[in-house]
Amino acid sequence: MKRTLITVASAMMLAAGLAGCAGSSAPASTAGAPSENATEAKTLTVFAAASLKSSFTGLAETFEAQHPGTRVSLSFAGSSDLATQINQGAPADVFASADTKNMDKVTGTGLVDGEPRVFATNTLAIAVPAGNPAGITGFQDLARDGLRLVTCAKQVPCGAATATVADKAGVTLRPVSEENAVTDVLGKVISGEADAGLVYVTDVKSAGDKVDSIPFPEAASAVNSYPITALTAAKDKESAKAFIDLVLGSDGQQVLAKAGFGAGVK
Amino acid sequence: MTFRPRQPYTGIPRWVSGLAVLAALVVVLPLVAIVARVNWGNFIPLITSESALEALGLSLRTSAASTLLCIVLGVPLALVLARASFPFQRLLRSLVLLPLVLPPVVGGIALLYTFGRQGLLGGTLQVLGIQIAFSTTAVVLAQTFVALPFLVVSLEGALRIGGQKYEAVAATLGASPGTVFRRVTLPLILPGLASGAVLSFARSLGEFGATLTFAGSLQGVTRTLPLEIYLQRETDPDAAVALSLVLVAVAVAVVALAYGRTGAPAGRGPIQRPTAPLTTGGSVR
Repeated sequence: MKRTLITVASAMMLAAGLAGCAGSSAPASTAGAPSENATEAKTLTVFAAASLKSSFTGLAETFEAQHPGTRVSLSFAGSSDLATQINQGAPADVFASADTKNMDKVTGTGLVDGEPRVFATNTLAIAVPAGNPAGITGFQDLARDGLRLVTCAKQVPCGAATATVADKAGVTLRPVSEENAVTDVLGKVISGEADAGLVYVTDVKSAGDKVDSIPFPEAASAVNSYPITALTAAKDKESAKAFIDLVLGSDGQQVLAKAGFGAGVK
Repeated sequence: MTFRPRQPYTGIPRWVSGLAVLAALVVVLPLVAIVARVNWGNFIPLITSESALEALGLSLRTSAASTLLCIVLGVPLALVLARASFPFQRLLRSLVLLPLVLPPVVGGIALLYTFGRQGLLGGTLQVLGIQIAFSTTAVVLAQTFVALPFLVVSLEGALRIGGQKYEAVAATLGASPGTVFRRVTLPLILPGLASGAVLSFARSLGEFGATLTFAGSLQGVTRTLPLEIYLQRETDPDAAVALSLVLVAVAVAVVALAYGRTGAPAGRGPIQRPTAPLTTGGSVR
């Protein structure tokens, strides 16, 4: 019995020791800061939707050039993953979501500092393997018998947009697969497994010449808004605001437009 | 302090016990977290929704099919690896075990470039009018790919431990290799085969990455329970947690079945004698 107690106690001490290690590293860096005055390296942590990867990577470099001494740490994932992580206490300063629904999840828990602002929009496009082997010309073609269409599942933003567009166009889609992420849809088109896939305009752009894109007018019925906001947990509110200003400013809008995004709401 | 000769030595340094407790916590704590997070009030409706039941049914059907495929293909492979000797045998064994350590996504990509439209066998399959990608067949293939090594490993172990004594005796009594296999080898390796099959079933049930990459995700066709959990997590975390608990429960049952009451893998225990006594003459055909 005594032996068991000692074992448990030693395990707890070990656990406490580990926790101590984890805890001590953070204060150590802040403790050293005052002696170095204002020149210490600051880190701005930005959580951004996966579709923003190339644009935000470029913008982060611009930001670092404009703000010497501040490093931008980027974390890209699906918006719902990021929202969950933030709500579970992940240390993010800025959150850029690919839809308002996931932004609302964070706003709902009171972790958003101020009002989220829409900085970009995205619409759907039909992606087909290079050369368009199935001869798709418009949205109506996607309902063709025997066509291997891949879309997003309705639970994720691109799938919700797909459902809206199909509904408005009065077309019944029968996809062979409903994927969790737009990148999975794109992957199946690039590999030639799918005859067509519904993805965002920006995804088609990033895929280069591996896929062809067929724009369709019905896409206008589902425009996805990308909101950005600072979070209440932000250690450096000024840097967070400066980064958001960069994204909303002409530099940011230019980079985003180049990636295929529509303009945000000023 | 006194030496007790009849007791087996059980001394364990305290720091080892401490780390062992920590190790157990690493595994147990997340499972406790799932149970703690379950919305019990809605548990039954959540796990009996149409999509959940279809996913569970599909998972059970495909896992059963892939386990069967593993047995049909794995028994001969294990036998050849354990008993025959041929060039590159060790290389073949290493390659067969590869799916054990390969990230499932890599398996999915490999399968895609084997059975997919543009894949190695894609052209041939297309001529035959067989379409594998996005079908339930693709799910079974992905599961078989990742689960086969479990069966082969358990079985090869059982074959090696068992040795060839009984087979040799049967052969001297005039039994053909076919008869020896049916009447002696198979009964001998049955415990190993059983535990291997259960483990293969469990691995198939949990298959996710290769399925997602290779088979796609469509309710009732390719969306197995792990894929359903992954999707539900997007909009309905409660449903995802409830379904996770279902998979945990199935996994616990499977592990209990495979490791039995003895606490040792069923296939690794002392090899039992064949249940049907070997007799000379007519009974050994």
